[in-house]
Amino acid sequence: MNNKIIIETKNLTLSYGKHPAIRDCNIQFLKNKVTAIIGPSGCGKSTLLRTFNRMNDFIDNFNIEGEVLFEGKDINHSDMDPVEIRKRIGMVFQKPNPFPKSIFDNIIWGPNINGFIGSQQELVENCLIDAGLFDEVKDRLNSSAMELSGGQQQRLCIARAIAMKPEVILMDEPASALDPKATMKIEELIKKLKKSYTIIIVTHNMQQAARISDNTAFLYEGELIEYGKTNSIFTKPDKQQTEDYITGRFG
Amino acid sequence: MNDILSRRKLKAKIFRIIATISTWSSIIILIILLGNIALDGFSNINWTFLSSFPSRFPHKAGIKAAIWGSIWMLALVAIIAVPIGVSAAIYLEEYAKKNKLSRFIEINIANLAGVPSIIYGILGLTIFVRFFQLDRSLLAGSLTMSLLILPVIIMAAREAIKAVPKSIRLGAFAVGATRWQTIQSHVLPASTPGIFTGVILAMSRAIGETAPLIMIGALTYVAFVPENINDPFTTLPIQIYNWVSRPQVEFHHLAAAGIIVLLVVLLTMNATAILIRNRSLKKYKW
Amino acid sequence: MAILQKEIDKLKESILYVGTLVEENFLGAIESINNNDIDSAQEVIKKDKEIDLKEIEVEEECLKILALHQPVAIDLRFIIAVLKINNDLERIGDLSCNIAKRTIALSKLPSIIIPKEILEMAKIVQQMIKESLDSLVELDITLAKKVCVDDDKVDEIHCGIYPFVESKINEEPDKKTQWIQLLGISRYLERSADHCTNIAEDVEYLINGVIHRHSSKID
Repeated sequence: MNNKIIIETKNLTLSYGKHPAIRDCNIQFLKNKVTAIIGPSGCGKSTLLRTFNRMNDFIDNFNIEGEVLFEGKDINHSDMDPVEIRKRIGMVFQKPNPFPKSIFDNIIWGPNINGFIGSQQELVENCLIDAGLFDEVKDRLNSSAMELSGGQQQRLCIARAIAMKPEVILMDEPASALDPKATMKIEELIKKLKKSYTIIIVTHNMQQAARISDNTAFLYEGELIEYGKTNSIFTKPDKQQTEDYITGRFG
Repeated sequence: MNDILSRRKLKAKIFRIIATISTWSSIIILIILLGNIALDGFSNINWTFLSSFPSRFPHKAGIKAAIWGSIWMLALVAIIAVPIGVSAAIYLEEYAKKNKLSRFIEINIANLAGVPSIIYGILGLTIFVRFFQLDRSLLAGSLTMSLLILPVIIMAAREAIKAVPKSIRLGAFAVGATRWQTIQSHVLPASTPGIFTGVILAMSRAIGETAPLIMIGALTYVAFVPENINDPFTTLPIQIYNWVSRPQVEFHHLAAAGIIVLLVVLLTMNATAILIRNRSLKKYKW
Repeated sequence: MAILQKEIDKLKESILYVGTLVEENFLGAIESINNNDIDSAQEVIKKDKEIDLKEIEVEEECLKILALHQPVAIDLRFIIAVLKINNDLERIGDLSCNIAKRTIALSKLPSIIIPKEILEMAKIVQQMIKESLDSLVELDITLAKKVCVDDDKVDEIHCGIYPFVESKINEEPDKKTQWIQLLGISRYLERSADHCTNIAEDVEYLINGVIHRHSSKID
């Protein structure tokens, strides 16, 4: 099986001031697979996710020990430009956050500031089609993104992320603010997207993780307890702690 | 049970009556004041009044010099104070680390906004008029007034920038934008209505201030329109003050007319500020 | 998750109740052969209806839990194991019924001497039913393994019955119908043992998460 490792952490410890959020984490994410990170609230999932595109840089008192390798290179090395990293590793947030601009501008802004030359119309349309939103908005691309529903806004944010043609898309509980129907659409979209992108998704919804991911990592209180194929984790996990969590005995 | 309920109802009723009286009394006092002035000065408002220079003769005097002086001053203050104020706000909100030093600066700016305007006048006199030897020019006056309203602009701009949700910035960073690109494309456009509103309100303060300008020596009898920034000047409030201090009653009527003009300008500026704010609320529904 | 736990506990009770009914009915069938007792045999046939109804109840309970709770890991394996064990138990019940019917048929004909091998097989199978259900209750893999080993013994004895019956038919040709009925009883006992083995393998899946079918031994 040609399972290439695209992001890898080595002895990663993340802390806010003196308080460690993630302890000594070693994990490998495979290319073109969906990996879910599950665990109870406050176990460090989102902190870990944000480290991969250096969004934690914006938080004061944040410390990193250990390495985060993206295609073999440590992203926290002084040579690495966080802006460049964020072009290649995109992010979709928990609460949809489209820009207060038109739908068209939302998608084209990122590519434009990064020197995009080419057909803007084509790029926007393709991204909207890939995000499963084109049919619903094709005749109002110039209307404000703020007029869309929650689920549509989130798909717009996904379209905005893929407009940058990243290699990895990080998703932080992308469906938790949406109703069940919108959630279903997002999940179908994720399964479709993994053909072209690597997706790492943090979710507190275990059934969602079970439905859409190829691999699952279980974090508890900052430690990686178990990591493996989603199939195995949900039928016969190795660690008792994992089993207790996914059967709802705690957390 | 019913006793307690009826007592409570009575209390509520009394409170409503007090509140209504307070509101209406303020309005009534305002109406009386304005009415008084209007009666006094309305008859004097005509084209002669607006287009003449001041004179020793009441029937020939006008506020042309004062209007132009105010316009020049406002324009200069805008050019000086707005860029500095907005840039300072951007720096403080977006770039500065949140530590003791920045808290210290924040508190001091808030304090400066409350310093009596005459202190700014003294400051302006010492620095701009004497030290930089700008004499009693428009430039000196505008610089002084800029200092006066700068804290107000900085605070208003900061609030407007703070009101832009963090999620918008994060969304911009996540597509590979630098901080400046984020500020330029998202934060500033979204906070512009708020900044604009703040600037207009600051300006309406500037147009009405008299004490600092008198300190730096803005003349009270100016019979010309300033031609460049080094010329001496006068403003509406100063002209009104000048007329009120004359013994002749006719000049008092002229002063009333001047007050009406000033009020109209102020009301227009405030109305514009409110209109802008309302329109922007529709666009930026956070 | 207390709701799910309650449902699972209830399900456990239900499947063990079915197990008890099946065990009792099997004993009844063996006794009826032993003592040539028609009344016992008819009791067995009657009680089988209750077993069938209970089997449907257990299956519906399982489906309900699967639909409403989407269980995972050990809870999921438990539900699946119960579904399959339920099926095997019902089949053992049917086989006991068949044995009882043969007894009734035999009683209408001149009697034959039931060989001790049949009674030995019956005893082993009775033990296997008990032990396979115990291994479910206690999640005891050693017990489950023993059941599979015992199945070999039963197979051995059953193999021996064929030549025995053949020789008996040659000896007493006028009683050949009875001996053929006996062969049927032996077959039913052997198949009951197979179903017990299935139950033991399902318990192994529940404990280990490994599907281990169609092999002669558990590792």
